Amino acid sequence: MVNTKVNLGGLEMATPVATASGTFGYGTEYIGAVDYAKLGAVTAKGIRLEPWPGNAMPRHCEVPGGLVNAIGLQGTGVEQFLSITVPWYREESAATAGRSVPLIANIWGGSVDEYAEVARRLGDAVDAIELNVSCPNVKSGGHTFGQDPAVLAQVVRATRDATRLPLIVKLAPNVPSIAPYVAACEDAGADALSLINTIPAMVIDIERRVPVLANRSGGLSGQGIHPVAVKLVHDAHRATRLPILAMGGVFDARDAIEFLLAGATAVAVGTATFSDPGVVAAVHDGIVDYCIRHGFSSVTELTGNLAE
Amino acid sequence: MTDEKCKVVSHDDIGAGYRYLVLEAPRMAAELEPGQFVHVRVPALEPSALRRPFSVFDADDGCVTVLYKTVGRGTAALNAVRPGDTISVLGPLGHGFPMKCEVEALLVGGGYGVAPLHFLARRFVAAAGLPRPRLFIGGRTAADLLAVDRFRQLGVEVTVATNDGSAGVKGLVTDPLDDLLADFRRHGTRFELFACGPDPMLHAVALRATGTGSKGWISMDRHMICGVGACYACIQRTVRGNSRCCIEGPVFAAEDLVW
Repeated sequence: MVNTKVNLGGLEMATPVATASGTFGYGTEYIGAVDYAKLGAVTAKGIRLEPWPGNAMPRHCEVPGGLVNAIGLQGTGVEQFLSITVPWYREESAATAGRSVPLIANIWGGSVDEYAEVARRLGDAVDAIELNVSCPNVKSGGHTFGQDPAVLAQVVRATRDATRLPLIVKLAPNVPSIAPYVAACEDAGADALSLINTIPAMVIDIERRVPVLANRSGGLSGQGIHPVAVKLVHDAHRATRLPILAMGGVFDARDAIEFLLAGATAVAVGTATFSDPGVVAAVHDGIVDYCIRHGFSSVTELTGNLAE
Repeated sequence: MTDEKCKVVSHDDIGAGYRYLVLEAPRMAAELEPGQFVHVRVPALEPSALRRPFSVFDADDGCVTVLYKTVGRGTAALNAVRPGDTISVLGPLGHGFPMKCEVEALLVGGGYGVAPLHFLARRFVAAAGLPRPRLFIGGRTAADLLAVDRFRQLGVEVTVATNDGSAGVKGLVTDPLDDLLADFRRHGTRFELFACGPDPMLHAVALRATGTGSKGWISMDRHMICGVGACYACIQRTVRGNSRCCIEGPVFAAEDLVW
């Protein structure tokens, strides 16, 4: 019997498998196709104070090994999230999972104050907050806050002061070194880190000589980014004691176990669910099998457990 | 909605790039409504490749039939699927056509857009209290007119138009439709339009419904990722803002669409 429970900066997860923000709607869309009993947490799509329309179409392009998207954070505002989305999620997810599955709200804003205000209004309606400071697809907000450690620290501190919930900061991959960003988050009071967000990317239609995406560029996700993510999780783990939620091209249990050995406490499945909603369950079961095969009694023993 | 592992019953090439794919899918066949779609994992593509959405031509006796045209990498790879293979199909997905109509039902299809209209026609013909629909079908050439015999077997009156005049009226599908609508106006006959096909055709059909006191039900096709409403990639502009084609559609009321 393998103990699959993990603690992500105060967020108790029954399994180390979560869903990645932006790939799982507001948590109920995949009911019927995903085995929620295998999930340790669900991360909802990003929200800010008011509803946001997102980018023009086209918003995505399939590429070898992945997907480039520029959805642009279309989503609901915090009030509708609290009044409709959360109660609906609680009821539906518990019914399908047979237990409650923690909900992580992913939040973003156009200013430091907006981040803090969204966190404050969430109160204790969700189980954790993930700060999106690294979306490449919106001009103001998102990415700009994650590219400067000093600005990053301001956002994290302001949000920290506005919530008692476990606070997870989602970092951008496109930085020269992850260590200063990790340190900024830790010093400003973050409880956990999540990485990586998508990698800025662009696709050009050579016949029409125009960018494929209406937003011109987008973010790359999928199998192709997995080794990049493993390196960043490894580097971040070496730079901090904060627990890490790792995401980026998890398509099977091997990908997830790589993340855990690199230093992650939990993993999130994202783009893989689009092609196969069964990946969540396969990743969970594969991690348990691996623990049995290698004589680990708890998934927590895998974190950072590289044979050096 | 489930991820059903379906055995391929048949996969017939009917020429000009069109194929019928028949799947053994008892659960889905029982639940599907006309205008809904299924999201197919193409086995020959790499594991990370996205699913491909298809509207449903027919759902009956535990089987689901898809009529598709080979247009790109995904459908080309789907060609390799053989009877006896098992493929993963997510569905039923989306909101389909209303199964309610108390006036003349006019179906307007272009190319493989006739697929969901065939399923709709089958249900209309089988149900008590629904009108026997008429079909207006358009294509570039005679080779792009699909399933005409299948509609006629249902007792549906079919009017054909081709751009090159190789079959039926030479011109757009809306040309013969407009003749009938003029006749309807003269006699005060009320009607609803049900359409699926290329965007310009759909826009033309929607214009013939909005502002005329008639309803139009328009099946849109937008590039999709998840197919279940989770990713917000397949946006259709509507009076409500940026709507998701996969879950708020693919069938929209004509009056709600913003072109």
